[in-house]
Amino acid sequence: MISRFQTVLFCILLAASIVMGGVLWHLRDRAHQRLVAGEDSAPTSAPTVAPAEQATLLVANDADSSMLAQVQSLPLPQDPGARARAILGKLLDLYAAPNATHPVQGGAASVGQTNPHAESRRAHNEPAQTQPAASPAAANGPEMAVVNLTSAFVASHPSGIESETLTLLSICGTLHANLPQVTQVRFLVDGRSRPTLAGHADLTRTYLAAEADNTEAQHP
Amino acid sequence: MVASLEISRVPSSFTPASRLWLIVLVLSMSAGADRLAIGQVPSVPAPPPTRFMVVLDAAHGGDDTGGKLSDGQPEKAFTLALSVRLRSLLGARGMQVITTRESDSAVDLNRRVEIANHANAQACLSLHASESGTGIHLFVSSLPPAPSPEGVRFLAWKTAQSAWVTRSLALAGVLNSVLLHAGMTVTLGRTALPAVDSMSCPAVAIEVAPETAAAGVQGQPSTSQLNDPAYQARVAEELAAALLEWRTDAGRTEATQP
Repeated sequence: MISRFQTVLFCILLAASIVMGGVLWHLRDRAHQRLVAGEDSAPTSAPTVAPAEQATLLVANDADSSMLAQVQSLPLPQDPGARARAILGKLLDLYAAPNATHPVQGGAASVGQTNPHAESRRAHNEPAQTQPAASPAAANGPEMAVVNLTSAFVASHPSGIESETLTLLSICGTLHANLPQVTQVRFLVDGRSRPTLAGHADLTRTYLAAEADNTEAQHP
Repeated sequence: MVASLEISRVPSSFTPASRLWLIVLVLSMSAGADRLAIGQVPSVPAPPPTRFMVVLDAAHGGDDTGGKLSDGQPEKAFTLALSVRLRSLLGARGMQVITTRESDSAVDLNRRVEIANHANAQACLSLHASESGTGIHLFVSSLPPAPSPEGVRFLAWKTAQSAWVTRSLALAGVLNSVLLHAGMTVTLGRTALPAVDSMSCPAVAIEVAPETAAAGVQGQPSTSQLNDPAYQARVAEELAAALLEWRTDAGRTEATQP
């Protein structure tokens, strides 16, 4: 004969099993929903490759302190920030190549961000790291580009007035040559202001991109 | 004649004493005008010869070693050696020299500028060295020129050099001329250096790099390295000669000014 105590215990265990089964079923459904949602966010079409365009790079030369314009063909996105970053990446790749005329280690990975801003935004003292001005209307006005370099690039940059000046001027000149609306350039290192590039050239001031572009003719 | 014309216009309400003073004043003015008209120079005593002060700023120092030169020597040691050598040469030529550091000590950039600005110098040279490039690199501040310092009462600390950019360019021109005449390779440029941008004097940053001479008779180009004592002495000698010419030019300019 089954005692009353054992009957009650059996009922409790049965009820607990049913509740646990329900909870497990619910958790399974939730996991399935999450999986389905993840699959929906996965890309379903191949990314479009930006068409190759001509970009003018002002390449520095340490031997005679000159900057020569080189036309390179490379894929350029339409977004101004991404476009500027791609162009500067190519410029720094040239400097990182063996037998470079202006050797600087780092390459394209040395440019963290390049954000062209509308001049009007700067006038309202908005923070430096705002979104790029992507609209055509904003692209027509004068803009300030904020170039965010990596600390690794700065640490490996050769120290010297001429070397540092050529690097900054070639970046400013290249930006202005390809994005004429960029008239001023500021530099950050890992998102922060830094006194000098490698002990000499001032990184706290605003550089006039047009002057850097004209420097090509001034240097012998 | 002039006096009589002026006296005839004196109002009759003037007292006799006032008329007398007015006549004396008009007569003295007419006499001065007559002297100037016939080309005589007023007998103003010649101003005492102004001191010619040069500030030498040996860049870096202490923990700030600057760049590393090819033989492992830090830039701070080269700039200090050049500053000491140049100070000696300038002193021998009768110039007063103030240096921002005399030993391997760290000197804050603002302190360097304070020393230069208090000296009220006729030339401020910031001395640097680098392994990149060739010859002597002369840099003037890239700040846009502002009105002359005589007309400016207050100068912003970070852009004080803008009032002196024109004079700094002239100083760089003299340095360039003398160095080129000595057969050295010279590069002129504009840059943004925090110390130079704050100086209120004709200021030029001088960066010394190895000199590669053209192929000579032997057909081999010769290279003068930064650690070559003969090259260091030559650079210092030519810089001293250039400053001597700058002093002459400055004296000539002052003599022509009224």
